[in-house]
Amino acid sequence: MIDLHGFGPALAAGTLMTIKLALTALAIGLVLGLSGALAKTSQNPILSTIGGLYSTIVRGVPELLWVLLMYFGTVNLMRALGQWLGMPQLELSAFAAGSIALGLCFGAYATEVFRGALLAIPRGHREAGQALGMSRPRIFWRIILPQMWRIALPGLGNLFMILMKDTALVSVIGLEEIMRRSQIAVTATKEPFTFFLVAAFIYLGLTVIAMTAMHFLERRAARGFVRSA
Amino acid sequence: MNWEVIIKWFPRLLEGAGLTLELVAISVVAGLLLAIPLGIARSSAHWYVRALPYGYIFFFRGTPLLVQLFLVYYGVAQFDAIRHGPLWPYLRDPFWCAVITMTLHTAAYIAEILRGAIQAIPPGEIEAARALGMSKWQTLFYIVMPRATRIGLPAYSNEVILMLKASALASTITLLDLTGMARTIIARTYLPVEIFFAAGMLYLLIAYILVRAFKVLEHKLRVDASQQGR
Repeated sequence: MIDLHGFGPALAAGTLMTIKLALTALAIGLVLGLSGALAKTSQNPILSTIGGLYSTIVRGVPELLWVLLMYFGTVNLMRALGQWLGMPQLELSAFAAGSIALGLCFGAYATEVFRGALLAIPRGHREAGQALGMSRPRIFWRIILPQMWRIALPGLGNLFMILMKDTALVSVIGLEEIMRRSQIAVTATKEPFTFFLVAAFIYLGLTVIAMTAMHFLERRAARGFVRSA
Repeated sequence: MNWEVIIKWFPRLLEGAGLTLELVAISVVAGLLLAIPLGIARSSAHWYVRALPYGYIFFFRGTPLLVQLFLVYYGVAQFDAIRHGPLWPYLRDPFWCAVITMTLHTAAYIAEILRGAIQAIPPGEIEAARALGMSKWQTLFYIVMPRATRIGLPAYSNEVILMLKASALASTITLLDLTGMARTIIARTYLPVEIFFAAGMLYLLIAYILVRAFKVLEHKLRVDASQQGR
């Protein structure tokens, strides 16, 4: 067995931090993605331009740059905001900056996934809702959204795998997740290969768990749609 | 927004962009060459041929590029055999470490793209080639590969864009690519928003040019479209 020199618990804590970061970024990204898709498919030209710009610009710039920008670039902004709110010490923590940056990137890709799902729902379903006298928000919540979920799920699953690997980038701004903890262990033990390989296998394990979870979620979402053959 | 600073440091950023382009160009071309045998083996009908590329692809797609980069740059130095071996001058150099890692990484993704493309070829076309008396290798080179190239090209262009963005990680192993250069300039000027903005715009520009170039290439390779014009 590999000798971790007592850094096992530290790596476990790092794994927990990675999971927390990934789930927080996922929540932010899902909201942004859904809003982005609604904006992009909107008939309002201003909204659709904003949606288009969001997904194009964010997808064209490296994730690492977003993480760095969110952490180092918001210092002045947060200070101004803090002064205004009467909290001069206000700043974004590495966790907050990382989850916002990764959420932003996830949201930009999710915009396209949700947009595809939105367009895949036959118009007749919306019209049927209208014919039944349902209001527009109600049609969206009761008819469109549940169906979108099923269509968007495989795409979102892929994006989540990418997101989980991108959490490693947040180690660059000092958040104590798997990579950062491994780097600390490497500094102490001078065994870089051992610890980075262990980190790699933790990520592999997380990916496998996420894949299994996606499989079950997809099966659940596809209830009633499974072909009998 | 302090435009003067951006203009003043723009030449240095362009220098960084040059290194970024170099990294991406070498790794996507070398990655493609490595991916061709991997992708073909991955779509083999024999499990023992499939197993090795499957493991390779699983590892490189399942772990972050940052981990892979650190494994190559910091990790291999743990072994004395490598430190005294003939490859050490390359494995000590961050540029070569970045190129090696990015090539291995992207090869796994491109191999998956190739497998998808190979499996998307209608079986009738392969059967037709066999019926015409082509050998297995002839079928592979004259029918399967040209068809897979066209089917896989859009996905390959996506992968190139993803590698452009992934190349930003080279800055974490002290390389002065576009991101690394931006970070260095920020350490001097303390103006993160301006410099990151300029770097981001350069990335967007490069991505835009790449997307355009691949559109042209895709159009050139579309057999059905060119025949319709006759």
